[in-house]
Amino acid sequence: MAVIRDVMPAFELVQPTSVADAQKVLQDYRADAWIMAGGLDSFDWLKDRIKRPKVLVDLSGIAELRGIRTTAEGIEIGAMTTLTEVVNHPVIRDKFSLLTEGAEAAASPQIRNQGTIGGNVTQDARCWYYRSGWPCYRAGGNMCYADTPTARNREHAILHADRCVAVNPSDSAPALIALDAKFVMRTNKGERIVDAEDYFIGPDIDITRLHILKPGDLLTTIRIPYTWAGARFYFEKVRDRNVWDFPLLNVASAMQLSGNIIERVRIAVNGAAARPLRLKAVEDQVRGKPATASTGEMAGQLAVRGAIPLQFNAYKIPLMRNLVKRAIGGVEEAKWVS
Amino acid sequence: MGILKPITQWAANPWGQNVPIHIAWFLIWVAATAGLAFLIVHAVYLRYFARAEKFEGEVPQMLAAALPRRIPRHSLAARMFHWIMAAAMFTLLFTAFLPRVGIQFDWVTYHWIAGTVLTASVIFHVIHASLWLDFWAIWPDKDDVGDAKRRVRRFIGLPAPPPRRFAKYPLENKLYHGAIIVTGLSAIGTGVFMMSRVRTVFFPRNPYLFSDMTWGLMYVLHGLAGVGLIALVMIHVYFAVRPEKRDITKSMIFGSMRREFYLEHYDPERWHPELSRPESSRTDR
Repeated sequence: MAVIRDVMPAFELVQPTSVADAQKVLQDYRADAWIMAGGLDSFDWLKDRIKRPKVLVDLSGIAELRGIRTTAEGIEIGAMTTLTEVVNHPVIRDKFSLLTEGAEAAASPQIRNQGTIGGNVTQDARCWYYRSGWPCYRAGGNMCYADTPTARNREHAILHADRCVAVNPSDSAPALIALDAKFVMRTNKGERIVDAEDYFIGPDIDITRLHILKPGDLLTTIRIPYTWAGARFYFEKVRDRNVWDFPLLNVASAMQLSGNIIERVRIAVNGAAARPLRLKAVEDQVRGKPATASTGEMAGQLAVRGAIPLQFNAYKIPLMRNLVKRAIGGVEEAKWVS
Repeated sequence: MGILKPITQWAANPWGQNVPIHIAWFLIWVAATAGLAFLIVHAVYLRYFARAEKFEGEVPQMLAAALPRRIPRHSLAARMFHWIMAAAMFTLLFTAFLPRVGIQFDWVTYHWIAGTVLTASVIFHVIHASLWLDFWAIWPDKDDVGDAKRRVRRFIGLPAPPPRRFAKYPLENKLYHGAIIVTGLSAIGTGVFMMSRVRTVFFPRNPYLFSDMTWGLMYVLHGLAGVGLIALVMIHVYFAVRPEKRDITKSMIFGSMRREFYLEHYDPERWHPELSRPESSRTDR
């Protein structure tokens, strides 16, 4: 097991003041560079002396990566904008409250003051076998210590596992997928814009990363179009304690209704796989149907199709089924009556 | 394990033991470079330095008149095995190494399916070659060794009679087959066990089948065989497309070769095709 030593390994600290400068350093050092946003994920790795980059690129001095701007098409959130700023922004609260809820569900107030939206969607897996520095698949080895008959895998994946069973821990990611956000990156080939759901990758594609950023790439902006502004949103996060904890599962949905009929819908869950999952099959099935508990029931059943539990996480299957059901049909039937 | 250190990656397992986890990935480039270097050196040698091929004795003209225009060489079953194995091998190499050089895709599923196809086709080949074909046709014999001595002496300028014409397979072909047996069976043998580490339709995952050290060595052997196959496959493809080997390559597609090519390169005493059954030959490989 890793021992926290609190003394980080030596590295060169670079604090660029522009995206261009940051990108230059990242391109120069590529895999030897470590990008630090709020530092909440980074300091874990560094103080445990598991990650030993040659260069640490601290983005906190880049003003152009901070702030929230409204445009004709929607809003743009700089990757270094803190979660607290996202939570408190009036336009987001008014039109995209799904993101407000997702960002507010992350960690604790202190962490949200420091943690950034870019860091929240790009943070690494929390699998403790991986975080302990063991040579698992995700660390470049040939073993998944969490997927053995005796492993502690209560928090791990039930869907799309491929050798590695770690899950993505982000709370804002499913909200951004449901809002059809676009992620803007700077790569060595120029600017690249991808749909939020395509920013994340599973172990089948790359077992060592949770996202598509390659060495030298930088996430700069998240754009949310007005397409889903003011829609009926649902966000729910289930965790072991109600503050300062990663999700066991979370769900985010955006629905546009005509009467009670679902005209358009986007729904995503996280904590079930190594990437936040947009449930397209569910969206296709519930479109044109009433937003009721029975539709939600059907949606929940469909959402968990193909799920394979590990030794200790079978509870996630009914949990995900019920979260999806509530996201579609609402929670009225589940209210306490006593 | 000292010899393995420079060509492998090691890590500490949860019990503090240092274990190998896989080969060092620079070996991919070493193998590709070695394969490419061989092709270049061989092509330059043949183009500028090699003397004309010469064999002992003359082509028996009487025999030529008795032979059909096409000489059967590979049965349909043998050709099907070859091409299925080739498809599986290419799939295995691409799925194994493209992700290592930055081309990311869902490779594991394709890899184990191709590995299963390769394993099944090799099992078929071993049974087919043992029971229906001339099993020894692909193994070097004392005539090959004698001819090899003659060729080496002539190559370095010492006096020696020309070598005899080939049996069905020249010595180089037999040695290549031997190298493929070693690398291919190493990759298959280790790969079958490694399938117990991923989710397949065959058996439940069991990462505890072996100790971490055994698993590590298995991954290393699998990797070494894999990079070895990169070079071997490059060399095989190179010879398949060389103009002077075109008749041999075509025979692996159509099953037969020109009579003239046969008489020029092969010794009817050492390889006499079964002309009565044009679609099959007991010396097939």
